[in-house]
Amino acid sequence: MINTFVGNLGHFFILLSFITALVTAFAYIMATIGNEVERKSWHAYARQAFFVHAGAVLGIVGSLFYIIYNHLFEYHYAWSHSSITLPVYYMISSFWEGQEGSFMLWIFWHIVLGFLIIGTSRNWETSVMSVFALIQAFLVSMILGIVIGDLKIGSSPFMLLRDVMNAPVFAMNPDFIPEDGTGLNPLLQNYWMVIHPPTMFLGFALASVPFAFCMAGLWQKNYSKWVKPALPWALFAAAIIGVANVMGAYWAYETLNFGGYWNWDPVENAIFIPWLFFVASIHTMVIFRKNNTALKTSIVLVITSFLLILYATFLTRSGILGNTSVHSFTDLGLSGQLLIYLLFFTGISIALSVINWKYIPTSDKEATVYTQEFWIFLGATTLCLMAFQVLVPTSIPVYNAIIEAFGGISNMAPPADQVSFYTKFQLWFGVALALLSGTGQFFFWRKMDKDKLKEALVTPLILTMIISAAVIVLAKVAELAYIVLLIAAVYSIISNATILIRFLKSNIKLAGGSVAHIGVALMLIGIMFSSGYSEVVSMNNSGLLIFKDATDDMNQENLLLWYKEPRKMGDYELVYKGDRAEVKGVPVYIDKNMLTPTDKAHLVIAKEGFSLKGKNYFSKGDTIEVYPENTYHEVSFTKPDGETFTLFPRSQVNPNMGLIASPDIRHYFNKDLYTHVSAITNPEVEREWSETEEFNVKVGERFFVKDYVAVLEGIERITESDEVKLQEGDIAVKANIKIYGEDQEYTLNPIYMIRDRMVGRIAAELPGFGMKITLMNIHPETDSFTIGANTSQKNYIVLKAIEKPYINVLWIGTFMLIIGFTLAISRRYNEFRNSDKDPADRIPKGQKKEKPSKRKMLEA
Amino acid sequence: MKKSHIFGIIIIAIAVMIIVATAGDASTYVSFKEAKTLSDAGQNKKIHVVGTLKKDATGHVTGIMPGDNKVSFSFIMVDENNKEQQVYYNSPMPADFTKSEQVVIIGSYHADQFVADKILLKCPSKYQEKEIS
Repeated sequence: MINTFVGNLGHFFILLSFITALVTAFAYIMATIGNEVERKSWHAYARQAFFVHAGAVLGIVGSLFYIIYNHLFEYHYAWSHSSITLPVYYMISSFWEGQEGSFMLWIFWHIVLGFLIIGTSRNWETSVMSVFALIQAFLVSMILGIVIGDLKIGSSPFMLLRDVMNAPVFAMNPDFIPEDGTGLNPLLQNYWMVIHPPTMFLGFALASVPFAFCMAGLWQKNYSKWVKPALPWALFAAAIIGVANVMGAYWAYETLNFGGYWNWDPVENAIFIPWLFFVASIHTMVIFRKNNTALKTSIVLVITSFLLILYATFLTRSGILGNTSVHSFTDLGLSGQLLIYLLFFTGISIALSVINWKYIPTSDKEATVYTQEFWIFLGATTLCLMAFQVLVPTSIPVYNAIIEAFGGISNMAPPADQVSFYTKFQLWFGVALALLSGTGQFFFWRKMDKDKLKEALVTPLILTMIISAAVIVLAKVAELAYIVLLIAAVYSIISNATILIRFLKSNIKLAGGSVAHIGVALMLIGIMFSSGYSEVVSMNNSGLLIFKDATDDMNQENLLLWYKEPRKMGDYELVYKGDRAEVKGVPVYIDKNMLTPTDKAHLVIAKEGFSLKGKNYFSKGDTIEVYPENTYHEVSFTKPDGETFTLFPRSQVNPNMGLIASPDIRHYFNKDLYTHVSAITNPEVEREWSETEEFNVKVGERFFVKDYVAVLEGIERITESDEVKLQEGDIAVKANIKIYGEDQEYTLNPIYMIRDRMVGRIAAELPGFGMKITLMNIHPETDSFTIGANTSQKNYIVLKAIEKPYINVLWIGTFMLIIGFTLAISRRYNEFRNSDKDPADRIPKGQKKEKPSKRKMLEA
Repeated sequence: MKKSHIFGIIIIAIAVMIIVATAGDASTYVSFKEAKTLSDAGQNKKIHVVGTLKKDATGHVTGIMPGDNKVSFSFIMVDENNKEQQVYYNSPMPADFTKSEQVVIIGSYHADQFVADKILLKCPSKYQEKEIS
């Protein structure tokens, strides 16, 4: 019977949470603008509304998880994102595989952050929460699932399958429930995909907080005080989005087979752009905290960062990227609603800024070259330009859509070679960032002038030159652009390290900036080496022509490896040793030939027992559980110096997505060897066998099948067999045929039997070799036997291998960046927390507002 | 002129440069005919062509020729103006290639052959299941 209760309950919670979000927003607005008497009661009411809202959201999450966990496949969400055999930790990822679920994740984080804001932001609570609750209401509207006529508001995750699908089965039986779901996209069955989306959506949710503070500041005419509480939040947001980005990059590196961690795909760019703006806004807010300049710039940047998050949401979820992205997104028909969401907040933030613009205090201090602020400001500008450069081409589909909306025709496509296109700009922005972040640090303590600067720069510059020269020579960096980038990055590391050493002696809490800058510089070096000098090592130099009439410059970057046949690849000798399966509870991969499939894909029967290190994992005849989608291709690598190792690049066959390859990586301290299969023997296609070739042999005689030596060792009578159930009166014999393979000998036992005067022959196949041997006939008169051999194509894989030098530098840099962010967050949060002791920073409860000042200052 | 104005002008100049460079490097969606015309005119910029795989009367994809050593292949694509063109691809066949509803190829003509550097596939069922079995 269909369980409609939980779906209705979930939908009720959605409606409740939407209404309570609006009520919360309204009550908080009243608590902010109301008079002295009303304010208190509105405030208490707003909090209650928010608590009810939080409860409702938890109710939605609980209902959906109940549906997935209990395999209620009558619901579309469970059916299309989960399956019975899915382990619990992947059920959690199936929760956010769909758009609706990912919106819910975002909404959920908003609840958590809402509590944090209520708990920490003191006088700011009412105004900030007004904005925040409004954003939340928009988010909840995305999963409302209300249809009025042609108007669809939101897409609910609680839709029944029969309401979504127009399958004929529902006409016959409306209560039909599919036995199993279609499962989770195998690419997402990876631990990074369990943690990457929650991190990313935490970042998305955090992005609303500095924006809410900024809006609250403008709205309450508290033009400058919002910066102090907003700064730790902005740092937190940038740190989390940064971490989520790197997780996504690492997932792509480990799981996808495009050979890298960053592909300049529109989906990646969409989140990279606001991240750069966040980092820029953090820098201008730091300037403001130092000397009260750059306030207007900070306001513009904080608003822009948040709007770009909404723009990213629009790009990735409206389906507009269509032909330009390799990532596919389901268009839920929400593009109109997403656009309203984007335009609404663009509208109110621009309106609020314009109205208040002339009252925002400015400073007439001119930034000179010898202040740190000057250099930070340049850095922030560079970050914005960097983001702008990514934004312009990423929005190409949007231009096309706009032109077409006005009846025009536009056929603009993104640059054909995205990686080299973006690199040629971003590399120089990287150089600029490294130089600025390095130089800015020298102005930390004292006022500088020309002579002092010269004096301070000498030692770091000499060190930079020596170290860069050493790296250039030792790592053979030959390209000019890369040399420049390397020198700039080394300079940044050295000057920031100089400052860091001083901080270590004095106050470690201030070290966030320099640690983060060293991290960025290391990342630049790591990216430069691992991408710029990544080298395909699996070049096809067999000299075999692919197409007779193809162009000459076709050089192949893949190697064909036949089963068990050694092949050279650079220094390595490679052997494809066969296909392996992942058995539940067994720490190593198991040879697929040891397992007999059953009609249930995830259950197999062991042909032999298996034990490892004295522990018996399974015995012959046991039914064991495997992960049916994964096949691991064992490839052994041997180097002339004797180093040997084995890699298991993975392939997955999925009914919806076909063949998917995932890499396996050999990590060295100074490089990664990255391998993946590009093609494999298709397991779905029935083998085509050759005509039977017959051999007439006597016992002990040799014959040749596919160039392999085979010997008929003997014939024996059998009374029982694994392959066939023998009955009373059957006469059965089996032949022992030995085949000499490259590295081992195999024995095949074809069976010849007579039952009720009928002859039966059971062929024996040598898996992987494409060889099938049959005992065709027995000739007692000549004491010889007829052996039949059928052959087909041997198993193969096509392998691609890439060497990525010094990729570890990138990961080390990432860790340092995170540490730097953490230090900065704790410092800025403490500044805000302690500011209560400083009466000047406190917002009075009354309506006293900052006096508008019209001083002029350097504002870009 | 104040320093801040000069600074502003430089920023705007860089921004304009970025836009111009993007417009210059942007590729276009074209048909095979236009692509050929461009290539004959000496332009060897990479372009995008959108189309489908050639299918026979029964709906099976035809014209796929795998390379001898399986590390590259060629296929016949029909663009939106129904022009057929043999396309070479210098890597093994992408997964699910034959199931694709639409193919976007990025590449250029080399004499009379179209060599694709990249293939983007649109598969109807990639993420959204359509049928109940």
